[in-house]
Amino acid sequence: MAVNRENAAMMERLNLILFALLVVIVWLSLSLGSTQVSVTSGLLEWLNNELTSDALIIGEIRLPRTLLALAVGAALGLSGAALQGLLRNPLADPGLLGASQGAALGAASVFYFGLFASFGSLAIAVAGLLGALIALVFMLFLAGSGRPALVIMAGLAISTVTGALLAVVLNFAPNPYAMQELVFWLLGSVSNRGMDSVYLMLIALLIGGVLIARQATLLAGLSLGDRVAESMGLRITKGSRLIILGTAVLVGTSVSVAGVIGFVGLLVPHIIRPWVAHRPDRLLLPSAILGAILVCAADIIVRIFPVGQELKLGVLTSLLGAPLFIWIVWQERRRWF
Amino acid sequence: MVLIEAKSLSVGQRVNSVSLSLNKGEVLGLLGPNGAGKSTLLNALAGLEKKSGSLLVDGQDDATLTPNSRARFIGLLPQSMQSTWSLSVTDIVSLGRIPWGDRDSEAINMALSRAQIECFIDRKVDELSGGERARVWLARVLAGQPKVLLADEPIASLDIHYQLSVMNVLRAYAQEGHGVVVAMHDLSLAARYCDRVCLMNKGELVALGNPQEVLTEPLLSSVYQVPVDVDLQRTPPVILPR
Repeated sequence: MAVNRENAAMMERLNLILFALLVVIVWLSLSLGSTQVSVTSGLLEWLNNELTSDALIIGEIRLPRTLLALAVGAALGLSGAALQGLLRNPLADPGLLGASQGAALGAASVFYFGLFASFGSLAIAVAGLLGALIALVFMLFLAGSGRPALVIMAGLAISTVTGALLAVVLNFAPNPYAMQELVFWLLGSVSNRGMDSVYLMLIALLIGGVLIARQATLLAGLSLGDRVAESMGLRITKGSRLIILGTAVLVGTSVSVAGVIGFVGLLVPHIIRPWVAHRPDRLLLPSAILGAILVCAADIIVRIFPVGQELKLGVLTSLLGAPLFIWIVWQERRRWF
Repeated sequence: MVLIEAKSLSVGQRVNSVSLSLNKGEVLGLLGPNGAGKSTLLNALAGLEKKSGSLLVDGQDDATLTPNSRARFIGLLPQSMQSTWSLSVTDIVSLGRIPWGDRDSEAINMALSRAQIECFIDRKVDELSGGERARVWLARVLAGQPKVLLADEPIASLDIHYQLSVMNVLRAYAQEGHGVVVAMHDLSLAARYCDRVCLMNKGELVALGNPQEVLTEPLLSSVYQVPVDVDLQRTPPVILPR
């Protein structure tokens, strides 16, 4: 089968390119910043617990930041690919479906109302996860089916509701500083987060990744419609719930540790799709890797951006993502007219 | 050998107490006007509808089967032939192996060959004509090598060349020791290709038997509410509204 061989060769090429890009971006992320340091010696010194300035900059600042950017990007890329496959809608994205806003609302509520205090430093993550989960469940309940137009409308409705509630939270902020802190946090950033956030994100990535990867066959079967998937013995209801749960874990945790970083989940699957012969099951891993690369690259740009105040990561991804989104709409329009 | 046996099978108000069986080597035609309950009955036989009554699949109570074991025994070719993504023909056909959890290239190649679509395996499914696409979807079901193939109007909207091509594939598949149930509107092709036909109307089974018994002028005229001319002595048989 010539096509299979061609597809396999293309996937191999894609994996090689992504791996090479990942290595380059990690290296750049560790080497670039306001201070010039030697990455190799800094890393080695940090691993040997030496308290040199290179070791501190690499080990305590740039490594957590890089790892967090990679993990958040992977989570967003993977959840975008999973949602697009599940809903069979190329416009499905955690942001467009209300999950990001739900997570933001959940996490913001912790800032103000001290919810889940017994979870300690995990309180924001738990609230973010619950917020994303509740938003996605409401969205699916409202949509009633996987029909693309209804899903987008329901997502818009849930985003609007959560956005309004978030505005209420901001409106009643106890003081202007708290509001500024919350707004800045919502704009998205991976700086000054520390290894705790990295560990949390890695656990979320593991749980969400396993939940979603185990449903790869369902995503492939759903390409041909609910009826066909069900007739092939796939358990759609259970599998869909697990994918939604996995997505909520990924998005909820990402938003709670790094704020809202838009467009990554939407755009990454679009870039990867032609390389994997449009198979939604094969889209998952490459989307996670490209998501990691893109968020890490965006974070590098944020760091080297020559302005006094730091440009927020979420702002940059939106600035870069919006034109690409317009391009996708243009491509879709050309298909129909 | 009986592959499927339904007794007093009902699905809400849409199918009412239908009893039928499907034998090995047989093509059973499901006929009836729009809304007769043909698709609902097929979906119920495939385990996709909540139903009452009894359904034996390979001698086993349908309720005791896991979705996967049912999917290995029964393949469903629904009316809708849409793929969300621009998948290749080979990928669509290989998805038919999902119930088995493998990519058995022998089964896939056999399905491609039976459906005569080897010549365009390198094309994307959204680049194909309606007739070509119908054969790709048929090959997807054939790749799963089900003992029973349920096809819901597989020749609707196809030209006469593809109608015959699809019906020939179904006929040949049944003759190899499988069973085929096919819902269709073309009464002449039903008389030509089906061993037995089941005539339905408003969710009820009106008649079940060989084409000579069921495809009669009085029965068809009464069910379709138009006068019908039937000539089963001709080769091929002809059934047309007057």
